[in-house]
Amino acid sequence: MIDFSNLDTDKLWEATYETFYMTLISLTGTFVFGLLLGLLLYLTAKDGLWENKPINIITATFVNVFRAIPFIILILLLFPFTYFLLGTMRGPNAALPALIIGAAPFYGRLVEIALKEIDKGVIEAAQAMGAKTTTIIFRVLLPESMPALVSSLTVTAIALIGYTAMAGAIGAGGLGSYAYYAGFQRRAFDIVLICSIIIVLIVFIFQFIGDYLSKKLDKR
Amino acid sequence: MISIKGLKKIYKTKHQDIKAVDSITLDIDEGEIYGVIGYSGAGKSTFVRLLNRLEDPTAGSIVIDDKEMTSLKGNSLRLARQDIGMIFQHFNLLWSRTTEENIAFPLEIAGVPKKEREERVQELIDLVGLTGRETSYPSQLSGGQKQRVGIARALANDPKVLLSDEATSALDPETTNAILDLLVDINQKLGLTIIMITHEMHVIRKVCDKVAVMEAGQVVEQGQVIDVFSNPEQEVTRKFVEQLMTNTEEDDSLDFVLEQAKEGKIVQLHFAGESTNDTLISNVAKSYDININILQGKITQTQNGALGKMVIQMTGEKAILAEALNYLKNTSTAVVEVIRDDD
Ligand SMILES: Nc1ncnc2c1ncn2[C@@H]1O[C@H](COP(=O)(O)OP(=O)(O)O)[C@@H](O)[C@H]1O
Ligand SMILES: [Mg+2]
Repeated sequence: MIDFSNLDTDKLWEATYETFYMTLISLTGTFVFGLLLGLLLYLTAKDGLWENKPINIITATFVNVFRAIPFIILILLLFPFTYFLLGTMRGPNAALPALIIGAAPFYGRLVEIALKEIDKGVIEAAQAMGAKTTTIIFRVLLPESMPALVSSLTVTAIALIGYTAMAGAIGAGGLGSYAYYAGFQRRAFDIVLICSIIIVLIVFIFQFIGDYLSKKLDKR
Repeated sequence: MISIKGLKKIYKTKHQDIKAVDSITLDIDEGEIYGVIGYSGAGKSTFVRLLNRLEDPTAGSIVIDDKEMTSLKGNSLRLARQDIGMIFQHFNLLWSRTTEENIAFPLEIAGVPKKEREERVQELIDLVGLTGRETSYPSQLSGGQKQRVGIARALANDPKVLLSDEATSALDPETTNAILDLLVDINQKLGLTIIMITHEMHVIRKVCDKVAVMEAGQVVEQGQVIDVFSNPEQEVTRKFVEQLMTNTEEDDSLDFVLEQAKEGKIVQLHFAGESTNDTLISNVAKSYDININILQGKITQTQNGALGKMVIQMTGEKAILAEALNYLKNTSTAVVEVIRDDD
């Protein structure tokens, strides 16, 4: 019988806070870099507004390479880079570079797909009105794909919550860390269980907010 | 107003070169509604997209309002485009914007200040008959209403030219007529030059002053709508006229008509641009003591009057009949052809 006797509520709250912190900060970074990567892929593609084969190939290669590396290995691979940036390998901040570099290419591909869904006719109408490409990006491409960008961000956020737990297991803090060190390693399975429940709740919250926003933005 | 010379567009694909537009030369006057008709694949869309440089021509020149379009680049091209409105078959509205926000978009692009923008948008909404639908999203509008938004948006920056690529092809006949009426209304109110691309004869006959018939990238016939369609020289043109008149059936039944109407003169009237015909028949009947029986007729109205023919039977005293026939020949511009004289 599990009796939750091993549970330290303060530690649990701290771990939950750290998970939220890592998820939200890395999600913000992923949003910005992913959007840039997605736009770059879309705009430089054949018949794109900024058709440019070399840049398209470089961007696509970057995206494919970093999507191919399993996250746990990516963290190890980025050890020197993270150390150079932050001067430490421990704590929630140390996980951020790996989280962003791991998730941004994934989100970038989803952004590219969302942009491809936009009706070419609308872009053409904007061109016929004499719009600049930057105007088309900010007033046509992004607003018209917003519901898809938001639902893709939701998918990415949920992947990121999973990544934070993995990062936690190698010292970044958060619920993954608490479950692994305080729970698994000390055979305190009540801690593992409660951490799982909280992570599931966090995922549900993100999914709920994402679905709500995406639906509200969609005027189609 | 618009002068096009030797305009050519060749698409190079892996297997072959497609001559989408092949040496088109034509002039369009200010304030005219100029129709371009042709079957699917004739090159109509390519032609109209060359005019605002959505496509770059392979050769030729386009002068719109004294501006050579083919040499424009970058900012000057964008500015020139603001003087050319365009409407589309599938409307191409931004679904994320309301009616008023869609109409405001070209004004934002042109850098019109917010206050002026709002006033102009309201004017346009009233002009196209969308009052009350300002805050609706495109998904909440009917096809006809969406095209009205498209038209308002195209007119926002006071263009001199409006390009319309199959703007009514996705609409039902009734809505098509309402949109065509609106375009004629705008043409008259604003003196706007309109280029109407279509594959439907009905559109040409209802709104256009002049027409060019396109086939395989070339303009095979052009001129006043009445002239081109009352006297078609090319096979394509004839097919389009048939679409409007369905002549074949009529010729067969003429014999039948002649058998039925045994007495009097049988006269065929060919109308081509006559506008006083509305009262022609009743004038004859009133002025002369004869009976007129309409046996057969197929007449359609164009911007420059009626197009078609009518077969009538005239019975009465011989001398009066002859006078009435003279009256017909002299007062109307319709071609009068006596099919069977009385004897
Ligand atoms: N981007 C393109 N690349 C290659 N061929 C094209 C392209 N656009 C149009 N065409 C070809 O040019 C011809 C004319 O097309 P289009 O102007 O769309 O005709 P229409 O509008 O009269 O139906 C067609 O044979 C079409 O397949
Ligand atoms: Mg077309």
